[in-house]
Amino acid sequence: MSVFAQTRPFIDWQWIVEHVDDMWERTIEHVVLTGLAVSIGLVISVALSLVALRFRRTYAPISGTAGVLYTIPSIGLFAFLVPFTGLSLLTAEIGLVSYTLLILIRNIVAGINGVPESVVEAARAMGYTDRRLFWEIQLPLAVPVVMAGVRLAAVTVVGLVTVTSLIGQGGYGVFILRGLSRTFATEILVGIVLSIALALLIDSALLGLQRWVAPWMRRRPRTA
Amino acid sequence: MADSMIRLEEVTKTFPGADRPAVNELSLDVGRGEFVALVGPSGCGKTTTLKMINRIIEPTSGTIWVDGQRATDVPAFELRRSIGYVIQQIGLFPHRTIAQNIGTVPELLGWEPERIRRRVAELVELVGLHPEMLDRYPSELSGGQQQRVGVARALAADPPVLLMDEPFGAVDPIVRGRLQDEFLALQRELKKTVVFVTHDIDEAIKMGDRVAILNVGGLLEQYDTPDRILAEPANDFVAGFLGADRGIKRLSLIPLRSIELPAGAVADISDTPESARAAMNAQGWDWVTVLDGDRLLGWVWASELEGLHEVGEATPRPFRVTVDAGATLREALDAIVATRNNVGVVVDGDTYCGILTLDLLTVELTR
Repeated sequence: MSVFAQTRPFIDWQWIVEHVDDMWERTIEHVVLTGLAVSIGLVISVALSLVALRFRRTYAPISGTAGVLYTIPSIGLFAFLVPFTGLSLLTAEIGLVSYTLLILIRNIVAGINGVPESVVEAARAMGYTDRRLFWEIQLPLAVPVVMAGVRLAAVTVVGLVTVTSLIGQGGYGVFILRGLSRTFATEILVGIVLSIALALLIDSALLGLQRWVAPWMRRRPRTA
Repeated sequence: MADSMIRLEEVTKTFPGADRPAVNELSLDVGRGEFVALVGPSGCGKTTTLKMINRIIEPTSGTIWVDGQRATDVPAFELRRSIGYVIQQIGLFPHRTIAQNIGTVPELLGWEPERIRRRVAELVELVGLHPEMLDRYPSELSGGQQQRVGVARALAADPPVLLMDEPFGAVDPIVRGRLQDEFLALQRELKKTVVFVTHDIDEAIKMGDRVAILNVGGLLEQYDTPDRILAEPANDFVAGFLGADRGIKRLSLIPLRSIELPAGAVADISDTPESARAAMNAQGWDWVTVLDGDRLLGWVWASELEGLHEVGEATPRPFRVTVDAGATLREALDAIVATRNNVGVVVDGDTYCGILTLDLLTVELTR
């Protein structure tokens, strides 16, 4: 047995080549899990941020609760949820979404609060209603800060999704778990490297998106 | 007043937690098409007063009328769309192009895109910006250019009323002077009702048809034309606020054209040296101004005319200091104190108008 194990190289290129299809499948699972978590997290965070911005006193409890969620160990949270929601996508997403809330809410609120007072006052004085002021002035101007939060949340979630393989939801974690159980370093490495690569890819894609939706940040000030 | 555009009736504003009002029972009338400058030290409530007119700040008590209507009778956002607003920090929308910024209020009012586009093009010209700037973002413009955009944005929907809060306070003095002059020229055309807040008494005097001088706590100390305020300050506070040089400040309100200038010793090129000498003797001068008809050629010494048949045979020297008839007495004073004999020659183009002396300015000041 030990002789057989030693015949396997540290990086088994043949195994990698044979499992390209498998990797592709796991990638899709990983992207879907991440995308769902960040999208749902964003919707919930915008809603909670609106509440926090409208009723300033609610900001402390809202961000405090999100902060507590953020500190729960992910394995512990999944283990705790399984008796209620089973080994399901729902369980995975409840956990993943929880981890996005703190980052997103903080950045949305900071982004909105960071809009210069003079801009808000001018908009009011021009005759913007509160609703249009929020959607047309404050939110667009908060985009760079909000997007910074979305990028951070997405990168965090990509890492966390590797854990959701524990509850049978696929993703790159499958490689890591299997590699661990078989003491097969190549498979573990593939899981780690793909996860890192995906995080970097998503991050730069979101950065591109941010530049596209906030074109005024791209141009450099001219002095005249 | 029947033709008042803005009217404050015993308006008081006490901010939550403050033990005394920021503005206390202030009553103020602003006529249609009038430019009123609110001026006073910090804490006098001038900005608070301004912001109550468009309800950025709601008064604690009292009534504000805008165009014959109670300000509180219409929704705040509707009222504001008919009142232009320009502030020192400008507050352009960083994420919108210059064209979109200028078109803000028309867009809120639901104008057709084509009408907005035409109006924006018109305004860009009006405030002296290049059309090529329309596609840029505010951060790409200088402070002076941004404030021109700010003024254009405030004028976009042609509101009858403009509120301006230290609009030229953030730019350097040279640009400020130019923006002030341009805005005054614009105002002569547009005849908006303007309420203009400043802490700079010189700016208030220069810009305002009337100046309201406020004291701490929103007390109205004097409300009158700049000339009358400078000539007759209502009390020690106003006199102190105007400063010791208020006499000289007053000079800046009087155009040179409005005073009668003595001709001094004058000779036409066709005159004989004898008649020129008679003119000099009458003034007690030893030099004479040489004219060709109305046109100023310069001056010559009495001694230079000796042995000539006609004044025109001499070569006149140009005057070192000439003052344009369009200047104010203040500008004329600056020009003539720099000369050796404190005399200035006033011209309108190259037409001779007369001689301005320090004595004459003193007479004007004590009038």
